[in-house]
Amino acid sequence: MNLWLPMAAGAGALLAVASFVGTDWDLPPVDTEQIGYRGTGMYNSRDRETEAALQAANVVPPAPWEADPEGDRAGDIYENVQVLGHLSDDQFNQFMAAITEWIAPEEGCTYCHNAENFATDDVYQKVVSRRMIQMTQAINEDWTPHVQQVGVTCYTCHRGQAIPANVWSRDTSPEPQPGMAGYRAGQNVVAKFGGNSSLPQNALEDYLLNDTNIRVHSTTALPTGTNPNGTKETENTWSLMMHMSESLGANCTTCHNSRAFNDWDQSPPQRVTAWHGIRMSRAINNDYIVGLTPVFPDSRKGPAGDVYKVSCAPCHNGVQKPLYGVSMIEDYVDALSKKTQTGVPDYGTYVPGETLTLEPAPEPGTTSSLAPALAPAGATGERNVAAVVGQ
Amino acid sequence: MSQYQNIFTLTQVRGPFEEGIPLPAGDSPRSGKPFHLWIAGLFGNAQIGPIYLGFLGSVSIACGAIAFLIIGLNMWASVGWDPVQFVRQLFWLALEPPPAKYGLKIIPPLSEGGWWIIAGFFLTTSVLLWWVRMYRRARQLEMGTHVCWAFAAAIWLFLVLGFIRPVLMGSWAEAVPFGIFPHLDWTASFSIRYGNLYYNPFHALSIVFLYGSVLLFAMHGATILAVTRYGGERELEQISDRGTASERAALFWRWTMGFNATMESVHRWAWWFAVLTPLTGGIGILLTGTVVDNWYLWGIKHGIVAPLPDIYPGVVDPAMTGGGQ
Repeated sequence: MNLWLPMAAGAGALLAVASFVGTDWDLPPVDTEQIGYRGTGMYNSRDRETEAALQAANVVPPAPWEADPEGDRAGDIYENVQVLGHLSDDQFNQFMAAITEWIAPEEGCTYCHNAENFATDDVYQKVVSRRMIQMTQAINEDWTPHVQQVGVTCYTCHRGQAIPANVWSRDTSPEPQPGMAGYRAGQNVVAKFGGNSSLPQNALEDYLLNDTNIRVHSTTALPTGTNPNGTKETENTWSLMMHMSESLGANCTTCHNSRAFNDWDQSPPQRVTAWHGIRMSRAINNDYIVGLTPVFPDSRKGPAGDVYKVSCAPCHNGVQKPLYGVSMIEDYVDALSKKTQTGVPDYGTYVPGETLTLEPAPEPGTTSSLAPALAPAGATGERNVAAVVGQ
Repeated sequence: MSQYQNIFTLTQVRGPFEEGIPLPAGDSPRSGKPFHLWIAGLFGNAQIGPIYLGFLGSVSIACGAIAFLIIGLNMWASVGWDPVQFVRQLFWLALEPPPAKYGLKIIPPLSEGGWWIIAGFFLTTSVLLWWVRMYRRARQLEMGTHVCWAFAAAIWLFLVLGFIRPVLMGSWAEAVPFGIFPHLDWTASFSIRYGNLYYNPFHALSIVFLYGSVLLFAMHGATILAVTRYGGERELEQISDRGTASERAALFWRWTMGFNATMESVHRWAWWFAVLTPLTGGIGILLTGTVVDNWYLWGIKHGIVAPLPDIYPGVVDPAMTGGGQ
């Protein structure tokens, strides 16, 4: 009897359904690398085709030219140079040439500068760029536990685009029916920022903007009645973990021994790096991104009206070490490796097209208590994130 | 000429419709005019119907349909009644139990999981009525009640997951959502939160019985198919009057593994393995969070966790070293 017809029809129907719901299947071969003790299932798995595409897409661009550190300082030559005034004229222009290629290669200088007068602050992109340069400096100086000596530049996230490809904002789509029915508890739809799982949609808000507790395990075998976390809190943490996993193209076992996810003694050292990365993302969002909300026009905000924020994804872009660990910083050491001027202007006063000079506050700006290098003795454990968010 | 093969049934025997034994007074009549279905004949009996619905069956199906509708409509509402998103995201959608802040409140707000309670009530009612119906039908046919007790084992696990354990934990939030992917996420999340169910001995037992059921099913099915050429599929006759089919089947297993179940006892094996899967599983779930909070640490305490060499020396919890929070 012919069974091939119903079999083929069944397979066809399955494939049709699969393509309709948008599955993300990899074809073999997959390379696996053992990273833990035998028998513990600790492997990194990488799909060869995906890996080839990632390697082609994550190449470091060369510096426009090698800058001469000698000569007059940019701050003395040009007006209104608040953050990069310490550079030589050549370094300054080299950096400007580079940042144009990194951020707005199509639009050129006038993406950030008023063509009539490059010194004015009336183009909002310039105000944002200045803050982003301060941020990059702070990352390179304060967050070495995460970025090591490799450091970051604007290109790490921007990759030739004004808005980095993998930023996030509050996600409520598809909107539930307001009213009595349709309770989904912030989850149970495709979570764009949770690895396309049905886990909570906005876990990043809880962990990379607020400081909701990530740890859900009990540290005793028997219940003590002190751990309020249940399966829902675990799913929230899991959503963050899925986001990290997708952002880095990494398995759970890159950072955890899955037999005891919470046990640090059995965890690979990558978990420590990732731990600092979570704090770094949180600090960036609170100290540098959210504060710029009044400056951004609505077209530069997410569907829920909040600014685009960072997570692991903008830098990592699917690769465990951004740009495969190749450092770009040596060509821009003076511009990006150290904090220079950390003052924060009052962005609430900014009027695009009118504000000619946005002066920073005289006091040093908000730098995060989250930064490991900055944590003063005795102040550890203090959480001023809520205060920062409230500003 | 048609022939009978014992992997795929090629010959469909079609005689007069079988109506079954007469029912006593008080029972509803069986409904539906029986008919033959060729497709059904490929898998089992080609005769479809008549079916005995009765009061219990009707109410059970009605309750099940209500639960199904509540769940489905809530899923649809959760994507704003968008038909395309409802179909595309169907596997992602779910009706979620109420958040922990409502504890065991009987009817939390409908917009925050109240529908989950209502759907759960109707689904449980449906399942329990179906159980009674199975019991009653078995008695009416003067059979044993083995099927409904096996079903009761599954109902035990269902009740532990959705009712008994949440009640012991004091919150409906501990229960399973009604949804395809979400209930799987719940399962993995449950294991992670409570320190890895792998180290839960009842979970281990449940897996033994589950895989054991599969193995027994394959062994038994294969054995009987292998001796159908000697009439081995007439198992009851073989039990009371052991023939060459039974002899050969027994001999085969005694030769290959030194021991054989009998035509009769193999069904006890299968029944107990199947029944013990949800029974032990339910016990394992029931103990989780109520009696044991971290199965991995419990396993350490009781020496069932394999020690590993410290191959990542120097990794310490950064939160302990005072770097940030």
